[in-house]
Amino acid sequence: MKQIIELNVNGESYTVAVNPWQTLNEVLREEINLTGVKLGCGSGDCGACTVMVDGRAVSSCLSLAVEMVGKEIMTVEGMAPSGEELHPIQESFVKKGAIQCGFCTPGMELTALNLLNNNPSPTYNEIREALAGNLCRCTGYKKIIEAVGAAGQKMKEASERKTS
Amino acid sequence: MKKDFSIVGKSVPRNDGKAKATGTATYTDDIKLPGMLHGKILRSPFPHARILNIDTSRAASLPGVKCVITGEDTPKIKYGNWRLFPDTQDEYPLAIDKVRFIGDEVAAVAAVDADTAEEALELIKVDYEELPGIFDIDSAIKEGAPVLHDYCPGNISVNRKIHYGDIEKAFAESDYVREDVFNVHAVSPAYLEPCAAVAQCDLDGRITLWTSTQVPYIVQCLLASTMGMRENDVRVIKPFVGGGFGGKMELRTWEFCAAFIAKKTGRPVKFTMTREEEFLAGRRRHAMKLYSKVGFKKDGTLTGKDLRIYLDGGGYNAMGPTATFLCGTFGAMLYRYPNYRFWGQHVYTNKPPASAMRGFGAPQSLFATESQMNIAAEELGIDPIELRIKNAQVTGDEIPDVATISSCGFIEALQKAAEMSGWKEKRYSPKPGQGIGIGCYSFISGGVFNWFNTQFPFSAAEVRVFDDGTAHLLTMAADIGQGCDTVLKQILAEELGLKMEDIRITSADTSTTPQADLGAWGSRLTMMNGNAVLDAAKKIKAQLFGAVSARQNLNVIHELGCKDGMVFPKSRPDRGIPFGEAVAMAQKANRGEPLVERGYYTPRDKGLVTPAFSFGAQISEVEVDKDTGVVRVKKFWTAHDCGTVINQMAVEGQLEGSIQMGLGYALSEQFVMEDGKTLNTNFLDYKMPNAMDVPPSEVAHIETYEPEGPMGAKEAGEGLAIPTAPAIADAVHHATGYRCKDLPITPEKILAGKKD
Ligand code: FES
Ligand code: FES
Repeated sequence: MKQIIELNVNGESYTVAVNPWQTLNEVLREEINLTGVKLGCGSGDCGACTVMVDGRAVSSCLSLAVEMVGKEIMTVEGMAPSGEELHPIQESFVKKGAIQCGFCTPGMELTALNLLNNNPSPTYNEIREALAGNLCRCTGYKKIIEAVGAAGQKMKEASERKTS
Repeated sequence: MKKDFSIVGKSVPRNDGKAKATGTATYTDDIKLPGMLHGKILRSPFPHARILNIDTSRAASLPGVKCVITGEDTPKIKYGNWRLFPDTQDEYPLAIDKVRFIGDEVAAVAAVDADTAEEALELIKVDYEELPGIFDIDSAIKEGAPVLHDYCPGNISVNRKIHYGDIEKAFAESDYVREDVFNVHAVSPAYLEPCAAVAQCDLDGRITLWTSTQVPYIVQCLLASTMGMRENDVRVIKPFVGGGFGGKMELRTWEFCAAFIAKKTGRPVKFTMTREEEFLAGRRRHAMKLYSKVGFKKDGTLTGKDLRIYLDGGGYNAMGPTATFLCGTFGAMLYRYPNYRFWGQHVYTNKPPASAMRGFGAPQSLFATESQMNIAAEELGIDPIELRIKNAQVTGDEIPDVATISSCGFIEALQKAAEMSGWKEKRYSPKPGQGIGIGCYSFISGGVFNWFNTQFPFSAAEVRVFDDGTAHLLTMAADIGQGCDTVLKQILAEELGLKMEDIRITSADTSTTPQADLGAWGSRLTMMNGNAVLDAAKKIKAQLFGAVSARQNLNVIHELGCKDGMVFPKSRPDRGIPFGEAVAMAQKANRGEPLVERGYYTPRDKGLVTPAFSFGAQISEVEVDKDTGVVRVKKFWTAHDCGTVINQMAVEGQLEGSIQMGLGYALSEQFVMEDGKTLNTNFLDYKMPNAMDVPPSEVAHIETYEPEGPMGAKEAGEGLAIPTAPAIADAVHHATGYRCKDLPITPEKILAGKKD
């Protein structure tokens, strides 16, 4: 039987009727229309479906929607501060050529955000390690890794400016 | 001929970057229409079987199910991309009478949601009579082998032969003749976006299909023919596509089923494949068996080559005929073979159909060429790079009856790669457990062949310009991630002297973008659509120049130009008129008619293959663990010739992506199959390189100017998928003494074959 639950996504609250077996991915895409969340495999192996739950990157294809009640969910749609402005990670992905087909991009960006939140100045190798669960078939990863490094730099500078 | 460019040659960020970075880019599966049904496909559990009966009644009566179809409900019209040769069109959208591989499509269901459709599949009862299956080339071509298709008793569906010179004489006169057998395996394109299609039917019975495809026009035509409809009554729109690499270049079952059921039910229908379906039944690169024999003089001069290839085609032809043809073409590329003989045969087996995949026959054919070149170099006692330089093709070379090479930076690429990598040092004073190796490539810039039998030019572009100084480019070219929207905009911006942001682009909608385009494959878009865009832009300029010339009362001998948003006489750049004003003048002169031009390109008199070839060399350095046999690639150096680089960043991205794919092809990716069943149907077991696996790489662009290409450009990115496997194989041999002739290169093979 369907259950009525409330989900907090990108700072807004949504009331949705879901089956207990429905994944967070399905509910975000089908019920809340956040189609920036992708589905590349459905088995936790590609990272295309990555979202943030309470500040941690998780595979939405493996998470059950009913278990997300009371948690803060963020999708790629919630990254940019406004419609006109991009998040530094997004901007860096665009400028550095880290995007080709773009299907892996939302998941990559959120994984990158997860990394940079925990480690503001990661080394090249730390970035590679952090992204190892996100597959990309187009770019060969090099430009993605560079974009994450550049975004980290920018975010660090911005936060230093704020605190000084 | 080199020019100073303002936008061409720069690293211009892609057109759709923001949409993709923010998640607002709409891919096919993101589309939702009111009343939309969800479809699922029932697939064959047997590799080879006769269908005796299908009972769909229980499925049809499941609440929520709106439609169930089998092959019997359809018009039973076969399709395939080789329309010119209807015999090769061997596939029905849904199986009729027989299934030929595990995963072959048998029936389709559309229901109010995906779960219900899935449940209904289990209620369809199919009675099969199992038939003996064949799972490899040798058993398929044996006398008395089970037959897959009645029309094709020996299971060989395509024969392609090339022969020039006198190959037997060449071998007789050679000082050294080398014969090898190579086996290469099938791999998945593994695009991140699984295939999907959404169809809608209007009240007049016309179909609109949104689909994840590389070839909107081909899908339009073949969908119309299999549905028994007129082409103009089918509209195909390509939304954002999450990669294709050759795997999305045909009409596919779910496209047909979505359209057919939409027409039947009057409701929109969506089909989305799962990753499991993609691996179980999806298109793949051909496995092949290659017999190659080459002859040399003592000094290393090539005398000739005899190449025999069998392609493991799977249950249907798919793009196999083209791959068969191209294998033979690529076999004669890179080096000067005064005598050449090729015989390629496409073989049916009870496995998922192989088709096009990045390189289209070349990664396989050139794996043999390049590996054999390295073997020969060793046995002749000549450095492999020297041996290549000695025999390398150069600008102006003719491949008899096939093509003339109009630009070629191969020798320069070889020299550059050697220099960048420190080849001499590493090759001749190797460290224990380490090795360095080389592989090269050449590729086509689109095909000149027209097996699809299009009645339109190969590519088309429409350019509209406006008095506010902007332009609108319309093209059917399909951007599937490779970035052609951006490249075509760059070409137009350069030619009209506009900025990227002045140009709006509409692409890949068969009802609004100009007829026609054969699609994104064979590295054809920069060359073909770039030329069409240039053609349209030149016609626009002629109109603008006429109007400006009249207004300024210029002497007819003045040449005009467009740059930085101005139209001006070249002798008097100061007397320029803003682009928008020039448009307004031309429009006035035409009594208000908008300024719109169309440009076209069809390669003519360009031989049998392509208008232009790319070239390049790649060197890889590896380290092999002597106890485990595990290969770690330390670095790649690539030097490549793609003519004029239109977009630096995009070309680098193509190269880096190719390395990822080439690395997987060489070392880790393969289908694990048992009696026609694919056992590894997820990314955990199908090992595609991740960010940790891809080593650093360095690249050099060898500058050439391709006279046939737009602004001197030619192919970039597909050919680069070729050299990686032979380069790694050579490096592994250098490190261990094990020469791989049987891809992929696994630790087990290395441990069994190493020489120290
Ligand atoms: S879709 Fe969730 S990990 Fe691939
Ligand atoms: S950009 Fe295509 S999968 Fe990463």
